Amino acid sequence: MTDIFKDIEPMVYKSQINVPYSWWAGKTASKFFTELKENKKIMGTKCDKCSKVYVPPRKICPFCFKENQAWVELSDEGILLSYTIVRKQLASLPKKVPVIYGLIKLDGADTGLLHFIDEVLPKDIKIGMRLKACFLEERAGKIQDIGYFKPIN
Amino acid sequence: MGKKRVAIIGTGQTYHKSHRPDVNGQELIHEAVSSALCDADLTIADIDAIVIGNMDHFEGINYVDCWSVDGSGGVMKPIIKLTTGGTTGSTIAIGGYHLVASGLFEKVLVIGWEKNSESDTTGAITTAFDPVWDRLVFAGAISGLAVEAQAYMARYGATDRDGARVSVRDRKHACNNPHAQLRKEVTIEDVLASPMLADPIHLLDVCPRTDGACAVIMANEDVAPKLASKLDWIWATSSRHKYTYIGDVNWGELDSMYNASREIYKKAGIKEPNKEISVIELYQPYSFAGIIWIEDMGIVPRGKGAEYIWSGATDMGGELPINPSGGVIACNPIGATGLIRCAEAAMQVMGKADIRQVPDVNFAISTGFGGCMWTDMILHGQKKPDF
Repeated sequence: MTDIFKDIEPMVYKSQINVPYSWWAGKTASKFFTELKENKKIMGTKCDKCSKVYVPPRKICPFCFKENQAWVELSDEGILLSYTIVRKQLASLPKKVPVIYGLIKLDGADTGLLHFIDEVLPKDIKIGMRLKACFLEERAGKIQDIGYFKPIN
Repeated sequence: MGKKRVAIIGTGQTYHKSHRPDVNGQELIHEAVSSALCDADLTIADIDAIVIGNMDHFEGINYVDCWSVDGSGGVMKPIIKLTTGGTTGSTIAIGGYHLVASGLFEKVLVIGWEKNSESDTTGAITTAFDPVWDRLVFAGAISGLAVEAQAYMARYGATDRDGARVSVRDRKHACNNPHAQLRKEVTIEDVLASPMLADPIHLLDVCPRTDGACAVIMANEDVAPKLASKLDWIWATSSRHKYTYIGDVNWGELDSMYNASREIYKKAGIKEPNKEISVIELYQPYSFAGIIWIEDMGIVPRGKGAEYIWSGATDMGGELPINPSGGVIACNPIGATGLIRCAEAAMQVMGKADIRQVPDVNFAISTGFGGCMWTDMILHGQKKPDF
């Protein structure tokens, strides 16, 4: 193997491609973000046929393949379905480790919402524990308008 | 299981626009799928497998087969993504045909979609070019087309007025198509007065960027006649590539188009394509291709493309109408564009093309084209293939 570069100087071309994106959230997601920003409300959609409540909201129920019409307001509290604790500091993490990611099923919802969990020590995290959303004072219409979920004592 | 003959039994499209901020990708896809299911009088439960496609990098979503299931109806179904650049829409049609023809699936849903408004498409298209050689000096969609047109004009003495005549035709035809993005007639002078993008291509010679989706449902010969009274039989498909570096191309002629068409004609026994084919939906991203590529297809001899276009033969009411839908110059949601050609050809065969209907269509051809000069082609027929 050491002979493969004998008599040649391997050349490497470095480059990069910049492809900026603007993703349209669409009407359904936009309503969710507007309610979050302006009223600190978490809204879901409810399938007319199977009655499943989706958070994040979905225009189409993937199981019934029907457009969801009804909006329902959900509690800002729920239970922890599962979680992980990130211990290594990576560039993509907006917080200092340990960072806790959790899937939270809000009261009244049938799906889990992925978010950060804070104000709790990693050793005290338990599946099934009750959590509450903590809203930021300055909100921009993004899912990060909820800063994190914290345990309800 | 043996080889099955395959028919298209329904098609659906969105109303294509430059921007669709009201829907995300899945919701856009759902509109086309719902429309196709309605056209075929089926529900999603009737679909056995799904083929979906869009352009790499355009929306920055890698696993579209998974991510799209809300819209595609692919929850707990076999679903596969195919992407081949500009030909994506025609490739997914050919892929769907293969799945049904294999005998493994009775009814297959094919979906092409694009939200061109969400990214810098030139940056994304540049990734199709070799990174060490061509990408450094030559990139994007329009440069290859401009080189093709220059080479053709030098070989055969065509002019920019000839190109403009093709654009005038397609933009006029688009006025008959409610799904087309651009529905405004232009004159030769309008085309020539529009800004020069890359010699000899003016702004009005070339396609726009579009948000849109298209869906096509295919079924095998055992079930298709029971499901629909009007069928579009797929007679033959072909796919040809000939390119690693830009210098590989025979500029001024499209060898992949020549080769694909000859394979199709041979399979179907077509001897005089300009007489035996009733209508063509040509994936023609810019005007000059409307002259060059009909020569490659053997519709007219080399160098006679412009004369044939000027004669009106390819206009609605002519000997061989091309692009009754208005074609790619009027509407270009890229991952859907090739499938729209297939759907429009199917609608012509099924007699469902409304005010853009060409009378008595026996054979129709739809094509796909990729920026590195490759070709897909599908022959559609009213009668069931006898082979």
